[in-house]
Amino acid sequence: MNALMERDAQLIAQPAPAPSIRAEAALSKILGYSAVIVAVLIIGIPVFWLVTGALKTNREIFNASPQWLPSHLMLDNFANAWNGAPFGRYYINSFITTILGAACEITMAVTTAYALVFVRFPKRDWVFVLLLLALMVPEEVVIVPNYLTIANWRLVNTYAGIVLPGASIAFGTFLLRQYFRTLPPDLIDASRVDGAGHVRAMISIVAPVAAPAVATAGLLSVVAKWNDYLWPLIVTTTSDMRTLPIGISWLLDQEGNTEWGVVMAATLFVVVPVILVFLYAQRFLVSGIAAGAVKG
Amino acid sequence: MQLTKHDFSASIAGRIRRDWREWLIFLAFAGPNVALFAIFTYAPMVNNLILSFNDWNMISSDKAWVGLQNYIDVFTDSQFSRIFLNTIVFTAASVTLVLALGLGGGLLLNQKLRGRNAARSILFSPHILSGAAIAIVWIYIFDPRFGLIYAVLHPLGIQSPNWLTDPNWSMPAIVIVYVWKYLGYATVIYIAGLQAIPGDLYEAARVDGAGAWMRFRHVTLPGLSPVMFFLVLTSILSSFQSFDIINIMTKGGPINSTNTLIYHLYELGFINFSIGRAGVIGMILFVLMFVVTLLQLRYLDRQVNYA
Repeated sequence: MNALMERDAQLIAQPAPAPSIRAEAALSKILGYSAVIVAVLIIGIPVFWLVTGALKTNREIFNASPQWLPSHLMLDNFANAWNGAPFGRYYINSFITTILGAACEITMAVTTAYALVFVRFPKRDWVFVLLLLALMVPEEVVIVPNYLTIANWRLVNTYAGIVLPGASIAFGTFLLRQYFRTLPPDLIDASRVDGAGHVRAMISIVAPVAAPAVATAGLLSVVAKWNDYLWPLIVTTTSDMRTLPIGISWLLDQEGNTEWGVVMAATLFVVVPVILVFLYAQRFLVSGIAAGAVKG
Repeated sequence: MQLTKHDFSASIAGRIRRDWREWLIFLAFAGPNVALFAIFTYAPMVNNLILSFNDWNMISSDKAWVGLQNYIDVFTDSQFSRIFLNTIVFTAASVTLVLALGLGGGLLLNQKLRGRNAARSILFSPHILSGAAIAIVWIYIFDPRFGLIYAVLHPLGIQSPNWLTDPNWSMPAIVIVYVWKYLGYATVIYIAGLQAIPGDLYEAARVDGAGAWMRFRHVTLPGLSPVMFFLVLTSILSSFQSFDIINIMTKGGPINSTNTLIYHLYELGFINFSIGRAGVIGMILFVLMFVVTLLQLRYLDRQVNYA
C-alpha cells in the first residue's frame, strides 16, 4: 500500500486523535486564553490609567506612593478642562471639518470608482494611473507647498483651508474600483437599457450593492479626519479654529505636568466619540478592514 | 435606400451624442477628484522640487535660486545622519515588533476561544484612536515620578527610567507607543490571513506526521506570506508618517534622539522657515515612500487578479 492510499484510508477512517495531539490542543487552548488575557491587559491598563487619572484629585495623582483608584468619583477635572480651553468650539470645529472632509472623500471615491468601471471614456486607464500616482505622494511630503497654496488663496485658519487639501481620495477610490469590478456588468447594463442614467444606476444599484465596502471606507474616512493632526496644526492659527486633537495638545503645553487630571479629562473628550462609533460598528469595521487587506 | 442612409447617419449622430454624454458624465464623476489631486498633490510635488533649489524663508519676497546648495547643506548637516538613522531605527524596531508580536497574537487568538472576538476588537481599538490623545496619555504613563510605569515599578523597588528626558530611553519610549497603537491592527490582519489558509492543508500535514513546528514552517508561514508582505509595507509607510506621537511626546528631542525625517521636515518648514531645506527632506521622504508604495500596489494588484 503506497503512502497516498494509506493517507486516504486514514482520512476515511477518522481515527481518534492521538494523546499527543490532544495535549497539543489543550496547550494551545491555554496559550490562547493567556493571549486573550494579555491582550486585554496591554490595552486595558493604559486605558484604565487614563480614565482613573481623569477622576483623581491632584493629591491622588502626585502621591509618592502610587494610588490605583480614585477615592471617590470626582468630576471637577472635566469641568476644569471644559472651562480651561474652548472645548465647545473645538467640538464644533472637529464635527464640521470631519463631516465635510469625509463627505467629500466618500462622494468622490464612489463617483470616481463608478466612472472608472462603468462609464465609457477614451483613456480612462490613464485617469486610473493618475490616481495611482496620487497614492504615491503622501500628504506629509507636500505640506509646505500646500500651505503656500492655501495661504495664497487666503484660506489659512478657515474650514475650507482645513478640508480642501484632504478632500480628494486615492486609496478609497482604488479599493472601491477593485470592488466594483467584481460586480456583474449585466447589473448596470440592464438598468441602463431600461433608460436609467448613470446617476440613477450609481445611486440605486451600485451603491446599495457595494454598501458594506462604502460604509467601511466612509467610517475609516470619518475616523481619519477626526484624528487628523499635522495639517490642522499647520493651517490653524487661532484658538477658535483649532480642532480637538490640536486643542488638547495646546492644553498639554499649558497644563501638562501640573494638572494631569484635567489633561486626561480633556483627552477623553477626544477619544470617547470615536470609541462610541467603534463600539457600534466594530464587528463590521474590523472584518471589513481585514477583508480589504486579505482580498485587496 | 434613402431610408437606410438616413437611419445610418442618424445612428452615427446618435452615437456621437451618446459618446459625448458618456464623456461628460465621466468628467463630472471623476473630474473633481482628479482636479483636487492636480492642485494639492501633483503641482505641489513639482513645486516642492523647485523650492528645494531655492533659498527662501516663506516671508520675504525674494527667493534665490541656489542650485544644489540646499541638498549639500542637508547632507553635510552634522545632525542629518543622526536623523536619518533615527528614522531607520524607529521604522525597523516598530515594524519588526508589530509584525512579530502581531503574528504571535494572531496565531494564539485564531482558535475557538470564548471572548476571542472581544479580545480582537479591544486589541484593535487603539488603531482608530487619535494619535495626539494616545501620545498625551503615554506622557502621563511614562512620567518617572507618578506615572503608570512608576506605579508598577515602585513597589518592586525598581526606579523608572526618565523615559522622555533621557536620550537613551526616548527612542524606546516612542517605539513602545507606536507598537501599542498598531499591534492590534496587525493581529486582526494576521487572523484574517490565517483564516484564508485552507484547513485541509493542516489536516494533510498532520496525517503526514508533521509536528506543530513543521506545520507552522511549511503551511502557516507560506500561507501568510502575502499578508505579511502587505503588513510590512503598510507599517513602513505609517511609521514614516508618525508625526503626532513624536511632536507631542518629544518634539524630536532630547538632543535630537527622536528626530525623524517627517519631524525634521516640519521643523525646517514651520519652525525654522527654511523652506528650501524642508523641500529637500520632502524629496528624500518621497523617494523612500514611493518605492514602498510601488511594492504595495504590485501586491494589491496581484491579490485582485489571482485571488
